[in-house]
Amino acid sequence: MNNDLLFDFNVDKAAKTVIITREFNAGQSLVWDAFTKAELLDQWGAPAPMRAKTKYSDFTVGGRRFYAMISPDGVERWSVQEYTSITPKTNFKMYNTFADKDENRELPGSEWDHTFSEKNGITRVDITVFNESFERMEKLLEGFKIGFTMTLTNLENLLGTLS
Amino acid sequence: MKPDIFQAIADPTRRAILTLLTIQALTPNVMAEKFDMTRQAVSKHIKVLHECDLIKPEQSGREIYYHFNAKKMQEFDHWLAQFRQSWETQFNQLDNLLSTLKEQE
Repeated sequence: MNNDLLFDFNVDKAAKTVIITREFNAGQSLVWDAFTKAELLDQWGAPAPMRAKTKYSDFTVGGRRFYAMISPDGVERWSVQEYTSITPKTNFKMYNTFADKDENRELPGSEWDHTFSEKNGITRVDITVFNESFERMEKLLEGFKIGFTMTLTNLENLLGTLS
Repeated sequence: MKPDIFQAIADPTRRAILTLLTIQALTPNVMAEKFDMTRQAVSKHIKVLHECDLIKPEQSGREIYYHFNAKKMQEFDHWLAQFRQSWETQFNQLDNLLSTLKEQE
């Protein structure tokens, strides 16, 4: 249904960075709210069948959101997002770390940069995720076992994506 | 520390070597010729690729042929696809949320 909306996903391993671009069929303020307000984030911020639950959120520079991704069998994976820079409606940056249920953080984390722009009622979001280690990126995927298989014929495409 | 698969694929020459090995197994000497590199330079790349299991050596007479290890590449492929897939799922959820919110306005 949203095939005409841009979705780009690129991995730059040398820079240990994932670059994600997505367009949304909504105005910039609404999309901004969806990315920054806990009650909205909880409605989309974990890939189904997982769900997100925010314990508390303070969207200010130096403030934090403490939340969990919960799997269907009830396992909670907690994370802390610390907001390091906010330019309302346009950009925010945060430092994301896994944590235990008492908010003890597991370093290292990853740095996230979100940029919002609108054109003709379509809002584009550019997300850059910098990871200090790729082992950590692998950890991000724990619980996301979706059973997605690709064949070797995709190798060329994959190598192209990575270059 | 053992190089991880990301470091292995980060290098354009190693990607080219892998692409070539998907077509046929090669000896280090042939690789050096094809890429116009010294035998030493090729050995370095082979070492990295071998250490993260992307290629496998096989002795044939006096020569060692390196084979592409498709299984390892698939693991990586799988990992990356899952990561992308989890984002796609979330963004589709956000599409639905945004359209609900727009209706409420």
